[in-house]
Amino acid sequence: MYSFEPNEEQQMLVDAVGKYAANDLRPAAHDAEEGREFPKKLVSKGWELGLLQASVPESYGGFGDRSAVTGALAVEEMAFGDLAGALSVMAPSLFATPILIGGSEEQKQQYLPKIVCGEWAPYTAALMEMSFDFDAHSLKTTAKADGEQYVLNGEKIFVPFAKDAEAMVVYANFNGVTQGFIVAKGSTGLVVSEEREKLMGLNALPMYRVKLENVTASRLGGASGHDFELILAAMRIASAAAAVGVAKSSFEYAKNYAKERDAFGVKIAQKQAVAFMLAEMRTEIEAMRLLTWEAAWKLDNQKEDFCIDAYLAFTGSADMAMMVTDRGVQIYGGHGYIRENPVELLMRNGRGFPMLLGLAIV
Amino acid sequence: MTIEFEAPKPIVQQQVMLKTVAENMMRSVSREFDENEHSIPWDYVEFMHTAMKAAGGGGGLTVTEEKPKEGAEKRPPIGYQKLATQIEMLSWGDVGMYLITPGGGLGAAAVAAAGSPEQKAKFLERFNGDKPTYAAMCMTEPGAGSDTSSIRTRAVLDEATKEWIINGEKIFVTGGDKSFTEYEKLGKGFIVVWASIDPSAGRSGMRAFVIESGTPGVKINKLEHKMGIRVSDTAAISLVDVRVPFENVLGKPTVEKTNTGFKGAMATFDATRPLVAASGIGVARAALEFLKEKLEENGVKIRYGLPRQKLTNIEREVIDMEIMVKSAWLMVLKAVWMADNKKPNALESSMCKVKAGDVTTKVTQKAVEILGPLGYSRELLLEKWFRDAKITDIYEGTGQINRLVVARQILGYTGAELR
Repeated sequence: MYSFEPNEEQQMLVDAVGKYAANDLRPAAHDAEEGREFPKKLVSKGWELGLLQASVPESYGGFGDRSAVTGALAVEEMAFGDLAGALSVMAPSLFATPILIGGSEEQKQQYLPKIVCGEWAPYTAALMEMSFDFDAHSLKTTAKADGEQYVLNGEKIFVPFAKDAEAMVVYANFNGVTQGFIVAKGSTGLVVSEEREKLMGLNALPMYRVKLENVTASRLGGASGHDFELILAAMRIASAAAAVGVAKSSFEYAKNYAKERDAFGVKIAQKQAVAFMLAEMRTEIEAMRLLTWEAAWKLDNQKEDFCIDAYLAFTGSADMAMMVTDRGVQIYGGHGYIRENPVELLMRNGRGFPMLLGLAIV
Repeated sequence: MTIEFEAPKPIVQQQVMLKTVAENMMRSVSREFDENEHSIPWDYVEFMHTAMKAAGGGGGLTVTEEKPKEGAEKRPPIGYQKLATQIEMLSWGDVGMYLITPGGGLGAAAVAAAGSPEQKAKFLERFNGDKPTYAAMCMTEPGAGSDTSSIRTRAVLDEATKEWIINGEKIFVTGGDKSFTEYEKLGKGFIVVWASIDPSAGRSGMRAFVIESGTPGVKINKLEHKMGIRVSDTAAISLVDVRVPFENVLGKPTVEKTNTGFKGAMATFDATRPLVAASGIGVARAALEFLKEKLEENGVKIRYGLPRQKLTNIEREVIDMEIMVKSAWLMVLKAVWMADNKKPNALESSMCKVKAGDVTTKVTQKAVEILGPLGYSRELLLEKWFRDAKITDIYEGTGQINRLVVARQILGYTGAELR
């Protein structure tokens, strides 16, 4: 069957996350960006919504099964509130979800209950590297086998919460294939930068640079490893869903502003030049939301082309987010360029999607 | 409800069959009927009529529902979804030929939407007959396109004979010739003409009238020569003192303040826009598949998964085209799924038409560009698909009028608030 409506359980989740996003994240977004920190209280409140907990089976301390579709719905809603806030709340997933997807039984037992049952705690993953054409399939960070262990060397960028992280998954090139490795806190040779990364947007999300010099790690899934494509697709879908959420936020602000703002005796929304922009924004958001849903559904159902579809959703949503958030600023005119107005931050955040991968996963 | 993208089995089976039709009965003669504008591919017409009748479609492409087998669980309705996927596949074959698939088309749709039970029985039965039969909708006039409220055609009731007398001029009547002109191989069709019974009443004075083929006073003035969809006839029709029986008016014969006759016509568009979008996407998909095939023949492989910075320009274009075609198609599916489930879909139906109009035009343009001389040559079909595709962004409301509809929906504005 084709069907385009979240089930009851998903709808309840969407409603709960939507409420949190609108009432808690949105009002806090501006100050968090300027102050370079998201209030801990809000992060805890978001964690209590139980997005990750609901995707981990009972045997590992959670209360549900992982679904990329449900994840995409939740991420979209969360990112609608604020991207940095959403990524902060969901950071533990960066570590837990790859283990859920590709970890050995032992790894699952070791980590999942601890993460899922407790308070929000910093767990993270390190994927990106400083290269203009960064490609998750050809990483410069390397992993070499050393008995039962593996030794990692390289440098990672944009690693959320790396400074305090209890543990992280580091992605590295192992014999030409990308694999994830579990690195414990305080491992010898693991150096986290003192300074935080400074980016165009996402300043409320503390991100660090991580150097690895002969760091000993264990491989995700043990000796036989895991299918990295499953993890990559889950990252791309999460990113696509977040892009849809950010775009939707900018669209909502712009729509409401256009209905308030007077010019030449009418509201600017009554001018076709503005109304048509809004119509196209809404249309493109819908297009990419559906493409993201389909990719997520294909991942959940292990359809043959889930990789390609996740890539298309990621690529398309990133472009869409840029188009929509740019127009959000444009509709506000000069006011859109002022940092007090939320569309300004949304445009800076909207630009990041094509180059930011691995900051979220469903 | 749930979120799911598995094509229902009846649709999968139907698509396999229709693909064969598209390849063997449509594409094989596409060029011939493009070069010989307005000649009729009888093989296709007669085959489709017989096939659709046999399949219980009443001799036309219509919304059909399976009767559930005894004791079987009742499945959710998929009539519109089936129809949209049929149209997409036939248009993948040849969009012009899809348009001349026999059946009631928009004319019958108007009767079905606004007619009484007696009228439906009287006018719709014929499509199930022995011969392929057509009906057309006459809305557009030389001075009135999407602005249908400024239609000038008038219908006046002759109290003495209880007949309507209709005068006016209609253009861009898709299938007007096959619906009105009497052909030996075709059944007796009709045209549905929109006219005002009270010009002072504006839109609420608009009515649709069924005019049987051969009625005196109706003249097909010409068949337009077009850029594309050349196998589909587009008629210009004049009506001079045309006498139509009283009972051929669809909706109430009198004007009341609360009358919603015109809204009936607009509701028809909510149902048909996703179908037009589906047709456009069929052409776009044809062009994209052809492009990828030719590229592969020439040793160009699309490397999915790479960051933009590592892709060639051609790869980027193709990937963008795929994103466009796939997402536009999902929008169509959602709009028809809503129609099947009786959810109001005015917004989704106009949005998917906006998107499909853009995508179809852009994808065919780009495909021609990328293939260079291969794209421009009449030896191959791509140049034809480019010409065929453009109509998607024009008929059933241009991209602009549909943007206006979308904008009014999302802003909650009336036509007066957003002109």
